[in-house]
Amino acid sequence: MKALEKFLDKIRPNFQKGGKYQYLQSTFDAFDTFLFVPGHVTKKGSHIRDGIDLKRTMFMVVMAVMPAMFFGMWNVGHLHFLNINETATFIETFFYGFLKVLPLIIVSYVVGLGVEFIFAQMRGHEVNEGFLVSGILIPLIVPVSTPLWMVAVATIFAVIIGKEVFGGTGMNIVNPALLARAFLFFAYPSNMSGDKVWIAEQADGTTGATPLGDLLTATDKTQIDALPSVMESFIGTIPGSVGETSTLAILLGGLFLLFTGIASWRVMLSVFAGGYAMGLIFNAVDTNVYMALPAHMHLVIGGFAFGAVFMATDPVTAAQTNTGKYIYGILIGVIAVLIRVVNPAYPEGMMLAILLLNVFAPTIDYYVVQSNIKRRMKRLDKITA
Amino acid sequence: MSTITTIKKGLEIKLVGEAEKTITEVVAKRVALKPTDYTAVFPKLLVKEGAEVKAGTPIFFDKYREDIVFTSPVSGVVTEIKRGAKRKLLEIRIDNDLKNESLDFGSTDPKKLNKDLVSEKLLKSGLWSLVRQRPYSVIANPENEPKAIFISGFDNGPIAPDYDFILHGKGEIFQAGLDAISHLTKGKVHLNIHEDLTKTKVLLNSKNVQINTIKGKYPSGMVGPQIAAIDPMNKGEIVWMIQPQDVVRIGYLFLEGKLVSEKLVAITGSQVKKPRYIKTTVGACFGDILKDNIVEGDSRFISGNALTGIQISKNGYLGVYDSQITVLPEGNEASFIGWITPNLNKFSFYKSMFSWLSPNKEYDLNTNTNGGERAFVMTGQFEKVFPFDIYPMQLIKATMAEEIDEMEQLGIYEVEAEDFAILEFISTSKIEIQSIMADGLEFLRKELS
Repeated sequence: MKALEKFLDKIRPNFQKGGKYQYLQSTFDAFDTFLFVPGHVTKKGSHIRDGIDLKRTMFMVVMAVMPAMFFGMWNVGHLHFLNINETATFIETFFYGFLKVLPLIIVSYVVGLGVEFIFAQMRGHEVNEGFLVSGILIPLIVPVSTPLWMVAVATIFAVIIGKEVFGGTGMNIVNPALLARAFLFFAYPSNMSGDKVWIAEQADGTTGATPLGDLLTATDKTQIDALPSVMESFIGTIPGSVGETSTLAILLGGLFLLFTGIASWRVMLSVFAGGYAMGLIFNAVDTNVYMALPAHMHLVIGGFAFGAVFMATDPVTAAQTNTGKYIYGILIGVIAVLIRVVNPAYPEGMMLAILLLNVFAPTIDYYVVQSNIKRRMKRLDKITA
Repeated sequence: MSTITTIKKGLEIKLVGEAEKTITEVVAKRVALKPTDYTAVFPKLLVKEGAEVKAGTPIFFDKYREDIVFTSPVSGVVTEIKRGAKRKLLEIRIDNDLKNESLDFGSTDPKKLNKDLVSEKLLKSGLWSLVRQRPYSVIANPENEPKAIFISGFDNGPIAPDYDFILHGKGEIFQAGLDAISHLTKGKVHLNIHEDLTKTKVLLNSKNVQINTIKGKYPSGMVGPQIAAIDPMNKGEIVWMIQPQDVVRIGYLFLEGKLVSEKLVAITGSQVKKPRYIKTTVGACFGDILKDNIVEGDSRFISGNALTGIQISKNGYLGVYDSQITVLPEGNEASFIGWITPNLNKFSFYKSMFSWLSPNKEYDLNTNTNGGERAFVMTGQFEKVFPFDIYPMQLIKATMAEEIDEMEQLGIYEVEAEDFAILEFISTSKIEIQSIMADGLEFLRKELS
């Protein structure tokens, strides 16, 4: 490692101000700091600092996504072999899915990081680690058969319009990964819904709709019973976007995020609570088929769990005050189920609910902070009175 | 009368190098007055190089508040007046002749005085500079009427000095100081002690003050969280604060009529060979008092503690308000993929690292930032350690934007830059919050004066 460090030390001046490759400073910096946490010392303020940094934090989130990703890979293979009526070993199944999903991941990272590097370079900033997480989330929330160029276009759109125009990671209003999904959903709806996109290399004449798709067209309550069971949906052997099907794998990652304190338990808990409560309310009203879907089913089908654990908890786009996080989470849960059940145009409400609340999060925070301000004013009034 | 106040939030940082409870007398042959120790003082010199001074001889005064003078802590000769860029006055160096001759300020029983007499004497002797006001941490204006005076009788910062030990045997002097100070306000003088740390009778039996027992970890030993918990500040209000060792100096001034500049200082940190307490002088030179006591290697010398202290050169001088010196290793070495390795030797507030597994371990932390500066990303973390009824991130952002109305609404008057040290420590994005807040408070002070 000393040799590598020496090599980097040697070539570093070329990339610094006045060097030959000065225009590549941010890019060099990104790789340099990826390999070695620099020997930068504190200049102002606290002389000692916590061992944490954003790279480690983001890496922890990527770790948390791993169970859902690996399960998703296996499930892609599982659904494929089921669809063509073949049996395959566990290894074959997983490997099939691995080869299907890997290109999506590579495209998302290469394209997304490419855009990030270009912007960092233009601004003369260090490359921010935010995309490490977005880059893994994007391939997991699209159907496995999504063409790679679509993933590339959506990623570019999300990084530029979702993040860089606002000033980069930490300044964005909406979650970039979800924005990529929304872009695909509205730009190429035929590739994002229906019964032909969820299974890789689907056999002709077969259908493979998600439970959400089935529910949307259901006209008769017996069709609810024909859905995958709660257990199947919880384990995740059902059609859906790559990483969203297994509530179990997602919750494993969620527990890890809660334990490390990176994701807010307030948000996660209240999203589930909001969704469940709205499900119960619909059960009570019960005027159409979809409303009769048991409330707990809402939590295990579609992208609900994935959204609650990995998307709603994004600290930048969520509400930032603790009280605000409860309100934000509950509203996401409520609106997601509301869109699912009431609006026939959209099979999945989670994506839209989170994007909507991303936009409203600052407003929620504003009112929460106002209550603190009012308390302070009251104290002041008491003295001056 | 004693009440118990709990300050729930905070974080204890355990470092290697706590001072052993022995006192060594170390003579500081060189001492200095540093105008930079004081916020918003524009020094006008009263002496020239080569002048002979006694303890109590005025050295400089504040151009805009002429009654506030700063006096020599020792008797000796002014050897050098050090200036920096734009002739900014940095240090007035004095060679200590070790005779301890002081001007006579006349001894009086502090109980029989009134506010005017007490402040007159403090101003004349230069000890008034030890009385600071919040907001802004500037030297108090003697004409103001503070709503209270706060004295924190303990320090629970990283490897902090033990005031029980420092004040031991000084009960009478300390009480005299308190008696004098009690004339300065019509409100209360709050003497805050810690539930577990404070055992000395010097503090427990103090009279003429309101004793508050505080429960909680760092930063509960700092005046800011104490004020917030006991008697929160409002816009327009003023609170004064004084350090315990400075109460002793004030006590000596009234009882003996002399300027006594003796100070016990805790020498701490992993780069110190023998961490211990030394008896030395206010403004002592690090070169004199740390001689032969520092481990080889690249060290950082800090007057104060590792979180709020000021970096000083190895031959610099002790800050006037400090009772601790911390010497830490510089962390200027890169570490291979250090953001992913377990880093068991690093302390972290977060469970993404492993220090939560060994809560009692003392860490040998260096000055590495452990990562690059980023925009705010994580939320909800500051709130876990910030012991104020304030939304910290919102206030920091308002301060960065210099939005005066918003800063006021969010509680800027209740905090000083040092109150944010613990947030700066845990910041994932490595944002320099203390300097943001210091700049913001300075901006506010200038705009509103």
